[in-house]
Amino acid sequence: MESVFEATVTRTDEGSVVVMSGTVNRAAKQDLETAYEEAAANPGRVLMDFRGVDYINSTGIAVIVGVLAMARAEDREVGAFGLTEHYREVFNITRLSDFMTIYDDETAAVAAG
Amino acid sequence: MVQLMRRRRAEEETPVGDETQIPESNTRLIEAIPIPVGDPLETLLVTSGGPVVLRDLELESETVDTLREAGVELIVPLIGQGELLGALYLGPRLSDQPYSTDDRRLLGSLASQVAPAMKVAQLVREQQAEAKERERIHQELQVAALIQQTLLPKELPAIAGWQVDAFYRPARAVGGDFYDFIALEDGRLGVVIGDVTDKGVPAALVMATCRSMLRAAAQRHSSPSAVLADVNDGLVPEIPPAMFVTCLYAIIDTDAGEVVFANAGHNLPYVRHDGGVLELRATGMPLGLMPGMGYDETKYEMAAGEVMVLTSDGITEAHNAEGEMYGFARLMDRVARRPINDDVLNAVVAELEAFTGEGAEQEDDITLVVVKRTSSAQMSAETFEDRRQTLAKFAIPSEEGNERIAIAKVTAAVDELDLEPARLERLKTAVGETVMNAIEHGNQNRSELDVDVQVCANDESVSVLVSDRGGDRLIPEATVPDLDAKLAGNQTPRGWGLFLIEKMVDEVRSTSDGTTHTIELVMNREGAS
Repeated sequence: MESVFEATVTRTDEGSVVVMSGTVNRAAKQDLETAYEEAAANPGRVLMDFRGVDYINSTGIAVIVGVLAMARAEDREVGAFGLTEHYREVFNITRLSDFMTIYDDETAAVAAG
Repeated sequence: MVQLMRRRRAEEETPVGDETQIPESNTRLIEAIPIPVGDPLETLLVTSGGPVVLRDLELESETVDTLREAGVELIVPLIGQGELLGALYLGPRLSDQPYSTDDRRLLGSLASQVAPAMKVAQLVREQQAEAKERERIHQELQVAALIQQTLLPKELPAIAGWQVDAFYRPARAVGGDFYDFIALEDGRLGVVIGDVTDKGVPAALVMATCRSMLRAAAQRHSSPSAVLADVNDGLVPEIPPAMFVTCLYAIIDTDAGEVVFANAGHNLPYVRHDGGVLELRATGMPLGLMPGMGYDETKYEMAAGEVMVLTSDGITEAHNAEGEMYGFARLMDRVARRPINDDVLNAVVAELEAFTGEGAEQEDDITLVVVKRTSSAQMSAETFEDRRQTLAKFAIPSEEGNERIAIAKVTAAVDELDLEPARLERLKTAVGETVMNAIEHGNQNRSELDVDVQVCANDESVSVLVSDRGGDRLIPEATVPDLDAKLAGNQTPRGWGLFLIEKMVDEVRSTSDGTTHTIELVMNREGAS
C-alpha cells in the first residue's frame, strides 16, 4: 500500500531542487535529510518538489520540520511547490508555510528565484 | 498452632531398642493435643532449651493436666526462630526406666534438626494457601468485571442537538457502579447512574438485576419517581441483607430540553450554565432498603450550551496522598471553572488524576456521565442509532503503515455521501492520524491486536469510530505545537498528530469501557455537493 519515498536533487541556476516521490513519513527521514544536505552543498535556495508525493502524515511533517530546522541553522531559503490543496492547507495549519514559501507550481517557483 | 503426636508404649513388653519389632496392634497414635497460644506451657517450652520432663513440672496449665492424663512423660519442643512450631510427646520408655540425660540430649538434637524443616513446610503451606486465595479473588474479580462491562452501554446515544459522553473506570476490586441509557417509546431518553454497595460478584449481580428492573420500569412509567419507586419495591425482596443501591434516574425531553429526575440517595447532579454551576436537588432513600418509598422529582430546563454532570462517589470520595478527600465542593468548583464549551468529562477525569497523584491505586469505581445540550433547535428526538446508518465496519492489524488501508476503506465507504473534496481530504488525514495513534499508542504496535473502524452517517454528519485496546487511556488535550521551538531544536520535531486530528474534523470524542478505547471523528456533511 505504502509507496516508497525517493528523493533526487537537481541543480538550477539559482539553487537546487529536491524532487520527491512516494510517501513522506518517518521512514523518509534519512533519504530526505541526505537529499537536503546534497542540495545545500550548492549555494542558493532549496526548492522542494512535492508533485510526486501522494501522502504526508504527522511523522512526515516532523521530518519536514527537521529539514526546515537544518535550513534555518544555515539561514537558507526553502521553497516548495507541487502540493495539493489539502496539503497546502495542512502546511498553513501547521505554520510550515511561515518558514517555507509555497508556490502554486514549478513555473512560479522558478520565476521567484 | 502446635500439632503433636507420639507413639505410646505397648501394653505388652516389647524388646527395647528394636522398634521394627513392635507389633502394630500394640502401639497407637494418640490424638494431637494442641497447646493453646498463651498457655504457660508454651512459654516454658520456648525458654526450656530442650526436652521437658512432665512429671517434675509444676505449672498451672490445663494442657499439662491433659498431657499427663494421656500418659505423656517427656515433651520435646520444636523451636524455630524463637517460636514454638510443634512438640514431640513421648510416653514412658518401653523399659519403664526414666529418660536418661543421653536420651534427652539425643531427642533435643533431633528436635533442633527437625524444627527448621517444619518451619519451611509451614511457610510453604501458608504460601500455597495464600496463592490459592489470591487466585480465587482474581477469578471472582474477573467474573464481576465481565458482568459489569457486559451490561454497560456499548454505544453512547447520539441525538441531534445533544452530546452525551460517559466515562467508566473500574477499581481493581470492581465496585458496583453502573450507568445506562434507555430509549423511551415517546422519543425521550432515560439516563441512569447508580452504585451498588459492596464489591465483586455480589455487587455485579445486584447491578445486573437492578439494571433489568430499571429498563422494564422505565417503559411502564412515564415519571422518574414512579420508576424508582417501582424498582425499589421489586428490589427489596431480592437484594441480600445489608446491600442497597444508590441511583439517579433522569428523563430528558430532547425536543424541549426539559430534564426531570428522581434520586435514590445518589450524588446530586450539577449543571454548568452561563453563570457558573448549579446543584440540582431531589431526595429519596436508596433502592432495596425498605418497600413503599416515595421519591422527589425535580425539573430543569437545559438551555443550549448547558452541561449536566452526573457522577459516582468514586470521584468525590477519592483521596490524595495526604489523605485529603476530593469532595463535592472541589468537584463543583472544577465544573464551574471549565469554559462552557470545554470537554467537561475529560477535564474532570484529568483533574481527579492530578489530585490523586500518578500511579495511585483507584479506591472505587469512577463513573461520569455528561449530558450537554448543544443546540436548542427543535430537532427530531429519534436516537442516533435509529437514524444513523453504518456504511462500513472493518478491522486492521496493528502494523505500521496500515493507516493507509483504513484511509482507503473509509474513502470508499463515504463515496456515496458526495462530501466536498476538501472535507473528504481532511477526514482522510484525521482517520490516518487516529488509526496511527491506535496502532502505535493504543495497541502498542502489537500486530495480533486489531484496530476496529466503523463508518456511520446520518443526515447531518459522518462519524468514523476508531477503537483500540488502549483501555481507559484518555485522549490528551491537543496543544498547538510550538514550531519556533522545534525549528530552533529546543523541542522534538514530532507531536503533530492530535493537533492535526482536531483541526481536520468538526468534533473529536473519546470514550472507553475500561478495555476498549474509542475515538469518534465527526465531520459535518454541510457543504456536500
